[in-house]
Amino acid sequence: MMDGTSYSGSRRGRKVDFGLLLSYLFLVIFGWLNIYSAVYSEEHAFILDFSQRYGLQFIWVCISLGVAIILLYLINPRNFPPLTPVFYLAMLVLLAAVIFLGKEVNGSRSWFFIGSFGLQPAEFSKITTALLLSYIMSQYGFSLHNRKDAVKAALVVIVPILLILMEKETGSALVYIGLILVFYMEGLAGWVILLGIGLIAMFVITIALSPLTALVCAFSVCCIIRFVQNRSLVWILTAIAATVLMCFIPRLAQIEALGFLNSLKPEVWALIIMVPHLFFWLRDILAKRERPGGRYALISLAAAVLMVFSVNIIFDKVLQPHQKARIENLLGITEDLQGIGYNVHQSKIAIGSGGFTGKGFLNGTQTKYNFVPEQSTDFIFCTVGEEWGFLGCIVLLGVYIFLITRIIHLASKNSDAFTRIYGYCVASIFLMHVVINIGMTMGLLPVIGIPLPFLSYGGSGMMSFTILLFIFIRLDMERQNKDADF
Amino acid sequence: MDKKVLLITGIIVAALCLTARLFWLQIIDDHYKVSADNNALLYQTQYPARGEIKDRNGNVLVGNKTTYDIMVTPVDLEEFDTVDFCLTFHVDINDVRKKLKYYRENKRKIGYQTFTFIKQVSSSDYSHYAEKAYKFPGFYAISRTARIYPYNAGASLYGYINEADSAYLANNPEYRRGDYVGITGIERSYEDVLRGKKGYNIMVRDVHNRIRQSFKNGEYDVAAEPGKDLIASIDGPLQQYGEWLMKDKVGSIVAIEPSTGEILAIVSSPGLTVEDLSNIRKEYGRLATDPYKPMFNRAVMSAYPPGSVFKTVNALIGQQNGVITPDTKFSCSRGFYYAGGKMGCHGHRSPLNLRESIMMSCNAYYANVFRAIMRDPNHQPISDAFDHWKEQVQKFGIGVKLGSDFPSELQGNLPSTKTYDKIHGKGKWSAFNILSLAIGQGEVGATPMQIANLAAIIANKGYYIIPHLIRNAPDSLRRAKYTEKHWVGIDQQHFNPVIEGMYLAVNAPPGAGGTSRRAYIDDIVVCGKTGTAQNPHGRDNSVFMCFAPRENPKIAVCVYLENSGAGGTWAAPVASLVVEKYLRGEVKRTELEQMVAATNLKQFVPVKSKKR
Repeated sequence: MMDGTSYSGSRRGRKVDFGLLLSYLFLVIFGWLNIYSAVYSEEHAFILDFSQRYGLQFIWVCISLGVAIILLYLINPRNFPPLTPVFYLAMLVLLAAVIFLGKEVNGSRSWFFIGSFGLQPAEFSKITTALLLSYIMSQYGFSLHNRKDAVKAALVVIVPILLILMEKETGSALVYIGLILVFYMEGLAGWVILLGIGLIAMFVITIALSPLTALVCAFSVCCIIRFVQNRSLVWILTAIAATVLMCFIPRLAQIEALGFLNSLKPEVWALIIMVPHLFFWLRDILAKRERPGGRYALISLAAAVLMVFSVNIIFDKVLQPHQKARIENLLGITEDLQGIGYNVHQSKIAIGSGGFTGKGFLNGTQTKYNFVPEQSTDFIFCTVGEEWGFLGCIVLLGVYIFLITRIIHLASKNSDAFTRIYGYCVASIFLMHVVINIGMTMGLLPVIGIPLPFLSYGGSGMMSFTILLFIFIRLDMERQNKDADF
Repeated sequence: MDKKVLLITGIIVAALCLTARLFWLQIIDDHYKVSADNNALLYQTQYPARGEIKDRNGNVLVGNKTTYDIMVTPVDLEEFDTVDFCLTFHVDINDVRKKLKYYRENKRKIGYQTFTFIKQVSSSDYSHYAEKAYKFPGFYAISRTARIYPYNAGASLYGYINEADSAYLANNPEYRRGDYVGITGIERSYEDVLRGKKGYNIMVRDVHNRIRQSFKNGEYDVAAEPGKDLIASIDGPLQQYGEWLMKDKVGSIVAIEPSTGEILAIVSSPGLTVEDLSNIRKEYGRLATDPYKPMFNRAVMSAYPPGSVFKTVNALIGQQNGVITPDTKFSCSRGFYYAGGKMGCHGHRSPLNLRESIMMSCNAYYANVFRAIMRDPNHQPISDAFDHWKEQVQKFGIGVKLGSDFPSELQGNLPSTKTYDKIHGKGKWSAFNILSLAIGQGEVGATPMQIANLAAIIANKGYYIIPHLIRNAPDSLRRAKYTEKHWVGIDQQHFNPVIEGMYLAVNAPPGAGGTSRRAYIDDIVVCGKTGTAQNPHGRDNSVFMCFAPRENPKIAVCVYLENSGAGGTWAAPVASLVVEKYLRGEVKRTELEQMVAATNLKQFVPVKSKKR
């Protein structure tokens, strides 16, 4: 019934994007089969047993398809833009309400329960945030270079993040960070993204190696950028000298005559060594003798220094103990295969034991005997890895990449700014979910509890991802109509 | 630059990173495949029953009973009736609450681990639990065996078992945490025989160790091999009788079958009871601080001065070295006088020949014999003579470890020329300085087992087999060790006058001067020798060694009683009762045995009270 072609000629040439629809159906059905396998037990072997998660997931899929049809043919999202502030505000109220009225599940307050069915507002607020962001950014005359506009757009994203953080759903909040890609596509400078990646690297190096190492890395990279921009030989030579000196701080501190070095931490000494360079650098910038690249490099360096010196505060004060433990576990600082590292370890075993072609549907021992907790929800990728093997994973990953790049492609072609920006929002949300989720199950990223779109068990997720996608498909149909009209 | 191209490139790079990781996990790194099998296949250890220990008559001395360890997987715990739980297992509710609180507070740290919750639950408690196990999700039971001691005797011999500690595990890689291992006694000496071999059943399990099914119908399972049973040389009734006689006394009884070296009974008093042994974990503290040291096995660890029983050794060495003959006579006027001193003796007729000197235990006679040995012209100067003598004594198993199967056996004392060089200066000492060795006093110390072994040597007229507790050692090495005859280097004919003297000591008519009349038994010919060792701490120690019957001896006994006075008074009757019990199977002299058993000699033992 969802075959797009059957409607293609019927209603004034409306055309559902075939690729997106097929990808969607593949993911939903494949997900359902994997949930069946993950939860499978001989007593409840019937795939439509509604006491089991696979039975329930079938219901969610059906409801989602119904919603999809409504979005495609009954409601016209074209009429949404003026309503988006209303949706958004309503969702903010829900997000705030759940903090006080919601039920606590696994330490976070993000669920409403209606009877036995749970509802997670944070899943749906992605939609309203994407819609409002698209609405604001698509208004005539909006520019990210206009400070007021930029702040307005940023606030649209930041407010739900704060509310979700208060619900202690850190994972869901992280997904919103992905929306920075939308800003990037709409005019944000590329170096900001690079700076973001650089800061994450600083964070990791500081924890995994040492603050001194992080500072030396940041300083040398920024100095090289400045050198490439300015080609000043004196500059680069003194910078190299300073870097070498920094590297030897711990060694020098061991010499008895230089014992005073121990009075301050090595990273503080490194900062002191940097000061003369920073002074001349800043003077050049103020005197407008510096090229833009050098300016960004200094800002980046300042951000990096701030990052390095606040890592401990972030680590100890901002993050919750279990999040801290997960990061330490990922970076190999602690190893606790029975405790905090259990999930990931078992998940890696499940995926690793799948081999090239997998053990076959319903044949995974890790899957069958429930070694991986949360396997039907956040860790559903394990089931794919164990039972479908490398081939199955590649196909699944391929479908996701196709889905995301197809959305970006269609969005960029669309002449309507709202559709374009909304498409970027959808693509970045999917991208964050897929990369973080799969990365986490393979032990590449810390454990962040977010679902794999369309595969993970869960009504809220299934529904919100479906709505997110089908609003775009519907908006995209409009473009095709316009094309057809021309 | 086209931002769209850059973005899509970024996405593809991210996807490639994930693919590379997938490739590593699924294609290159093998160890996750093994882990998955290990995860799903549970090698469920089958603990073998530990070998039993039986006595020479087939009585079970050390047996097994099944107990249960209650395990808990905290993550599976649900609310349950803690009061009911505690009543079922008879445990303190506060301990249980404390543990449960710990599990709750350390949820993340504990993860999916399983712990032992209660150890050694009895079968009856377990059967009560089994009926309502469904009420306590998260708990399950595994069966273990524990030791029982059905025969109320010999607790000091068996030793106890306990879970192997970290140090033991480090040195013995074939053991795993939770395995039991013999810590002392026979359990330790014969650990290799008793423990058997662990087996395993391969089961397919889920994450909660819930067993789903047997792997391939048990095709690859390995059954546990139970430990081998040991047959102890101990005679259960005799051992029990000896312990009964020794109550309220401090000392030892050792009885050996001379022809085989098998230990028939070995009592160290005060010792452990089988109840102590069953509850060793609870009782350990009390036993370790008891001033009478019940865990100290005096029979093999205490080096006592042997006193006059040692005269037999000097009599044999003197003959062998040709410095005396059976007819050599020495006179005694209530002692032996030499420049600078006197060694006292009791009143008896004089002069005496060799057999009479044993019978009446004349000190002066042995002072003369010892002086003659030290002045032996074949071994001069005196240090040579002394070394030669020492070597000969060591052949009797005195001053060296006998090599029995007691892990805690000690060697006793025997001085060397160095000892005397140190005390008196090199070349500045003579036979008179070391004269007390003639009568088993001074620097010589022997364990009761060594003295019993001496009695066995005399009974065998010249050899011994290392005293041992286990008759059926399964390995040829130990079989050879405990059947080999150790000749002591004394010609057989030299034993006759000594045996005659020991015979007379017990059997000479009353009034003839025999020192061991109290060991006399109707119809059983006992040959014995008393000893009284001066004790710097309180009353003299008394010792008695004997063997019986005279022809074809069946039993050699040493009784050593601390602070009990002269040797003939208490040690001799105890030894004779043991002999009678063993040879006749019953004791006719009930009056004597009641009196011995009722006597408290412990009261004379000075105990250092610990001041805090």
